Amino acid sequence: MNHQMTPSTTEIAVRASGVEKVYVSGDTNVVALRGADLEVHTGEIVMLVGPSGCGKTSLISIIAGLLARDGGSLEVMGKDPQALSGEARTAWRLRNVGFVFQQFNLIPTLTIAENAAIPLILQGMDRRSACAQACELLQRVGLAGRERSSPARLSGGQQQRVAIARALVNAPKILVCDEPTSALDGMTGLRVMELVAQVGRMPGRAVIVVSHDERIYHLADRIIHMDDGRIDRIETPASLRSTHA
Amino acid sequence: MPIFALKMLFGDSARFYGILLGLAFSTLLISQQASIFVGLMSRTFGFVTDTPQPDLWIVDPAQRFLDDNKPLRSTSVQRVRSTEGIEWAVPLFKGLLVVNLPDGKRQMTQVIGIDDASLIAGPPFMLEGSLTDLRKPDAIIVDERATRREFKMNLPPEGGDPRPLRVGDTLELNERRAEVVGICKATQTFQSQPVIYTTYNRATQYAPRERRMVTMILAGLTPGANASEVIATVEQRTGLLSYTGEEFAEKTVGYWMRETGIPINFGTAILLGFFVGVAVAGQMFYNFVLDNLKYFGAMKAMGASRGTLLGMVFLQAATIAILGFGIGIGMTSVFGLTVPGERLAFRMTWQIPLIAAAAVTIICTASAAVGMWRVLRLDPADVFKG
Repeated sequence: MNHQMTPSTTEIAVRASGVEKVYVSGDTNVVALRGADLEVHTGEIVMLVGPSGCGKTSLISIIAGLLARDGGSLEVMGKDPQALSGEARTAWRLRNVGFVFQQFNLIPTLTIAENAAIPLILQGMDRRSACAQACELLQRVGLAGRERSSPARLSGGQQQRVAIARALVNAPKILVCDEPTSALDGMTGLRVMELVAQVGRMPGRAVIVVSHDERIYHLADRIIHMDDGRIDRIETPASLRSTHA
Repeated sequence: MPIFALKMLFGDSARFYGILLGLAFSTLLISQQASIFVGLMSRTFGFVTDTPQPDLWIVDPAQRFLDDNKPLRSTSVQRVRSTEGIEWAVPLFKGLLVVNLPDGKRQMTQVIGIDDASLIAGPPFMLEGSLTDLRKPDAIIVDERATRREFKMNLPPEGGDPRPLRVGDTLELNERRAEVVGICKATQTFQSQPVIYTTYNRATQYAPRERRMVTMILAGLTPGANASEVIATVEQRTGLLSYTGEEFAEKTVGYWMRETGIPINFGTAILLGFFVGVAVAGQMFYNFVLDNLKYFGAMKAMGASRGTLLGMVFLQAATIAILGFGIGIGMTSVFGLTVPGERLAFRMTWQIPLIAAAAVTIICTASAAVGMWRVLRLDPADVFKG
């Protein structure tokens, strides 16, 4: 069954077909994905939504090259991350994928500029240049003048802005956000997602957001509902509003 | 990433100082106890190191260590002298005698009687008087430490306040008069008795009369003589065993190591230091890595290679190890410099810092290895699990 409800943009960033994932724990097999089909195009923001345990996190982990699938096929920006060797996959991830985590994961003993500069330094850029480039992005996310602050001195929303800057600093082609608003209050979460939509959306980049937060659904181009390891249905914010109306 | 690794380490100040203190304390315990042990052991053969002239120390085969006197026949000296390859041989008296002080105090004292003619085996450093003053009647040379402590004149003959023993004062050795003609500096004995030097003949007069009075024979080899051949010949002709100074010192230390509980006592303290390091510093460093695991996981997800992450943990471990070791060995050095040597045997040989460094390296390597193992096993997808 093809659930794709594609926008008019041209390039396909992610093409997943029949992706399966089974977690084995002793004698128990837990099926997380039962043949998920998904296409995400460059320039669009999609939200993966659904109940806990439906396979959202497994799917984005596989797309980001963090987790191996057990079946199906996957192409991310024309490559199957699983076909790459361990080190090559790590390098691919570094060049192509930006991450925004639920818990920010900012290193508390570094300044926010240093935190935001990590992907550039991992790519081999010297610390000074990387921090300078990170500072430009911090300005764009509204943290000008706070570059030398410690993460602990920032509010949750500001910390997530730093995480967004860190995710975008090396201009990745895929931005993966895992529950980016769950640790924030409603208004702050909305502002953070508006920021993701504003600075994250650009031609050539796809943004995939896992979220339970219905208040931010309107910022997506498509809302992909998952259930029991499959793509259940795909909606647009407009169709979602009409359904609820 | 090296600077970031160090900022992660230094930034967690409570844990950083905890690990640092643990490693420093561990280094202090290991190196200080080892230095005291080496100091004590050095005292067991101090007379050998104070006496560099002889090539051979010739003793009774039953003698187990330096102070285990088994007197020899006086004729043995002539028999050794007549051995081919021996340039000179002199008798030595070394024994514990009672000294009577003017104030009535009695003090067990180590008396060393050196060859009357050559004065070989005299004290290593003269502070007052000269070695040849021993040729004066009733002459003795006293160790400086004893003049201030055991031989302190509480009732000086001229009256007045107590004062150290000095040149010109007289003592009694076995009820015979002995006049101090010089003050010397000698290595403290293992049992910390005062040391008196005199001539061999005078020492044998001070000592209770026995049939055998030669404690050991000191000998010099003729230039170009083969030491092992001479040793074998001496043994064949006299039935006595010969050792070089180094061998005699090793034999003495070997006895104390094998036959006493001293190595076990100090070994226990040194092991304790090591386990303090493992339990405190090693555990804290491992916890430090565990606490940072989520950040390592995030970096791994972002694309940090295994080499980068392992390099960060290794740098953190190496840095804290060097700092902890440096502080610990510094504290041991300060301890050694400030505590008077006569009160505490302390000798930090070059091997001791190496041993302490090896212990710290093991502690840090082990805890870093366990931490690195956790980092390697880290599934980057776990960062999505919160």
